[in-house]
Amino acid sequence: MSNKSDQPSVQRRQFIGGTIAAAGALTLAPGVILHAASDGDKATSGASSKHRWGMLIDANKCADGCSACVDACNSEHGLTDLGRPETDAVWIRPVKLRDKQTGHVDRLVMMCQHCEHPPCVDVCPTNASFKRIDGVVLVDRHRCIGCRYCMMACPYKARSFVHEALSEQSVAAPRGKGCVESCTLCVHRIDAGEMQTACQEACTKEGHGAIVFGDLKDPNSEISRMLKSHNSVQIRADLELNTGVRYLNL
Amino acid sequence: MRSSLISNRLLIILLAALLLPAMQAFAESRYVTKNSKAASMESCVAPTDVIRRNHMDFLQHSRDDTVRDGVRGLKYSLSECIDCHASRDAKGQGVSVTAEGEFCQACHGYVAVSPACFQCHRTTPEENGSGNSLGYRLDAHSRALDLQQPAGR
Repeated sequence: MSNKSDQPSVQRRQFIGGTIAAAGALTLAPGVILHAASDGDKATSGASSKHRWGMLIDANKCADGCSACVDACNSEHGLTDLGRPETDAVWIRPVKLRDKQTGHVDRLVMMCQHCEHPPCVDVCPTNASFKRIDGVVLVDRHRCIGCRYCMMACPYKARSFVHEALSEQSVAAPRGKGCVESCTLCVHRIDAGEMQTACQEACTKEGHGAIVFGDLKDPNSEISRMLKSHNSVQIRADLELNTGVRYLNL
Repeated sequence: MRSSLISNRLLIILLAALLLPAMQAFAESRYVTKNSKAASMESCVAPTDVIRRNHMDFLQHSRDDTVRDGVRGLKYSLSECIDCHASRDAKGQGVSVTAEGEFCQACHGYVAVSPACFQCHRTTPEENGSGNSLGYRLDAHSRALDLQQPAGR
């Protein structure tokens, strides 16, 4: 596993150390042999192609003046408001669409649409932008060089660039200066088996229930049933990106 | 002449034998910082010399598994390093592992290595964060796994 081949091996150290220790141990506890404890690896099985996570947002239920989902997202992922709206990270933002002729106003929240064919992934020069096997589009900050190509490519303006050095990040969402980021569909929750995103939780708690999160591949999930019975739309469906986030009453 | 040479050698061996335990105690004391959870534990998730030599590789493999494949609760986890190795100040608050003389900084400073982990990763244990409340951070040391898998997995 180690790639530090220029150094003496751990085995040699262990042998030397072990020989000395054995000499001591013999006199201390004869007949007692220590075994390494089983490694206690309790890893989860990880993302699976059996699922595709998505979201359905009801524009009619999205209430005017409410920012519960945005606040929940910010606190969940440790997005701090530095008072500089031009550069502060935004993962989910309320949008108002006003029809100039009729004056009708639509409210909705816009975030990463978790496309099946994400343009941000296409353009990324380092494979930092990637789509997980369960359809969640993420940025691997270990590879991101901060070129912001993906931000240009995204038709939804969903991504933010971190301009300032950060500290006290959330353990759920490590993030730092020089990387691009966006909505993660709360992957840390998905991986833990919690089938509710922070924004959905907040929206439901507020009593609006405008956000439904779930598995698009499971025909019995709430989101699948709603998509089947209602006429939903993808924003910029003409781009044929097959978004995972869809809208009702838009 | 010859006898004095032998006695010199003997003297050196004797000195070394005397010094060895003291040196060992000194070396061990630098593994952990006082007032950290690690100070009260027998060993790390692997033998100390293995961890000392290979921790960067272990973490590098885990990070790809976690970020790209969504595998959580791996044996090697940076947040667990910090939970265990961050020392506590007088008020019981976690001290940053990158602060002067603290666990990560002390060694990396000594060997002149600047790991990029902490540009993004938190340097203190998270007390009441979103991660803790969900219980998704699986403690390989002690906490029993209380994970509810998504349906169909």
